[in-house]
Amino acid sequence: MSLNQSKGVAGRRVVNSVMTTLTAACAFLGVAVLLLILGYIAWRGVSSLSFQFLIDTPKPVGEGGGIGNAILGTLVLLLLASVIGLPLGIAAGVYLSEFGRGWFAGLIRFISDTLTGVPSIVTGVFVYTLIVIPMRQFSALAGGVALGIIMIPIVTRTTEEMLRLVPTSLREGALALGAPQWRVTTGVVLPAAASGIATGAMLAVARVSGETAPLLFTAFGSRFFNVYLDQPIASLTVQIFNYALSPYDEWHDQAWAATLVLMTLILVINISVRFFTRKKF
Amino acid sequence: MTTAPIPATATRAGSERQQQPPRDEAGPAKIKVRDLDFYYGRSQALHSIALDVPERVVMAFIGPSGCGKSTFLRTLNRMNDTIPGARAAGEVHIDGQDIYAPGVDVVELRRRVGMVFQKSNPFPKSIFDNVAYGLRINRLTNSKSELQGRVEEALKDAALWSEVKDRLKSSALGLSGGQQQRLCIARALAVRPEVVLMDEPASALDPIATQKIEELIVELKRQYTIVIVTHNMQQAARVSDRTAFFWLGKLVEVNETEKMFTNPNEKLTEDYITGRFG
Repeated sequence: MSLNQSKGVAGRRVVNSVMTTLTAACAFLGVAVLLLILGYIAWRGVSSLSFQFLIDTPKPVGEGGGIGNAILGTLVLLLLASVIGLPLGIAAGVYLSEFGRGWFAGLIRFISDTLTGVPSIVTGVFVYTLIVIPMRQFSALAGGVALGIIMIPIVTRTTEEMLRLVPTSLREGALALGAPQWRVTTGVVLPAAASGIATGAMLAVARVSGETAPLLFTAFGSRFFNVYLDQPIASLTVQIFNYALSPYDEWHDQAWAATLVLMTLILVINISVRFFTRKKF
Repeated sequence: MTTAPIPATATRAGSERQQQPPRDEAGPAKIKVRDLDFYYGRSQALHSIALDVPERVVMAFIGPSGCGKSTFLRTLNRMNDTIPGARAAGEVHIDGQDIYAPGVDVVELRRRVGMVFQKSNPFPKSIFDNVAYGLRINRLTNSKSELQGRVEEALKDAALWSEVKDRLKSSALGLSGGQQQRLCIARALAVRPEVVLMDEPASALDPIATQKIEELIVELKRQYTIVIVTHNMQQAARVSDRTAFFWLGKLVEVNETEKMFTNPNEKLTEDYITGRFG
């Protein structure tokens, strides 16, 4: 057997470097697009940012104003959505992973997958019919419920996937010590999957924080500070929507600044969740 | 190796006659298995197993791959219940009580019959929390100092205390393979089971760690009844008092270890031990 280089080697080397370069270029392009978007938003938005901007309510054109109530509104809506969506989604994910066998679990999985594809505006209209009409007004509650409903299937699926990643040997080790099934799930499996589940939850929160359409039918928007759940409430996304469609340049600038604030908010959520669930073991 | 003439009380594959445990200091039968069949769905993995495991004895299960020894081990603490489609028929009596009778508390059974697995599976928690886990969930201690005392005792019983006593709060996953397995043994011992089942506990370990585990097993039999599945015949010869040889889901022979390895009753056993198959 001869180990000397044959004639095909040079060709193989060329193909190798071309493909490596191509895939690296594609990866770079993908990241570059994202960086371009972030950079452009930062550039357009930073000029209108000020401390006053962050705590003021909107004012008529020419008088300045800010997005303080929108920031608060978004936070209230996200909190409400998390309270509704996270426990239900995580519990459903736990059921599907630890207890679900047979046709019922399969059905739930299928419905959950389908629900992730439902357009968010449909969810908004659904909640409009269910909550806004009986209450006879737009409300923060309706907005939170709509966002929560959007969150549930996302959280369910990621929770189930993360729990499945926990090796069976861990469950068997706990069972062999005389632990009933629920203790195995809460004491061993969930802690082991905690950071993965938190990542999934954060992804869901980040996803719904950018939703505009369902809020148009439910929370509607407001010019004032509000924390009451039965009143309409402002939100960053709806505010950006309204400002962007207006004919005033000043409001366009404010929309860019609000977009920058929204992106920063999502980034902060990301980082803090990662920080608090970093793997200690 | 010559085979002695087969005495009248020899067992046959399928155990038409039960072998009584010899009357020695080993104690009465802790576990009595009668007519045990086991199925994974439609396929039968165990055929009419009948066996006595005396108290405070190390019993080894040997046999080629796929012969059912691990399956049988797992029937003793009903770990096979977790496998969908698995079904046992027959009787397994521990201390006179049939563990497959309806109404048996499986959780309590598993506390009294502990298990150590082939690949060590420490929880992603601290060393202390691993050993304390069984104690906490079964609420076996009343105070923090009692808990600490029991954890220390278990780690000493597993010959791990001196190596970890300064770092009880550090992660269990940072230990070496042999240490992790001894940690799993300590975790199983902490709840003070009566029987300890070991499924090839040293198969993933280097010779030095294996030796430590084997010494540990010989130490432990003074207090616990131990059943160990092993692929390694020499390990069975080193460590156990009695050995059971399985083949294709049937129990071929049960005997005192020394007799099994020098003068077995069945030809099949002799063939396996001398390496003619397996």
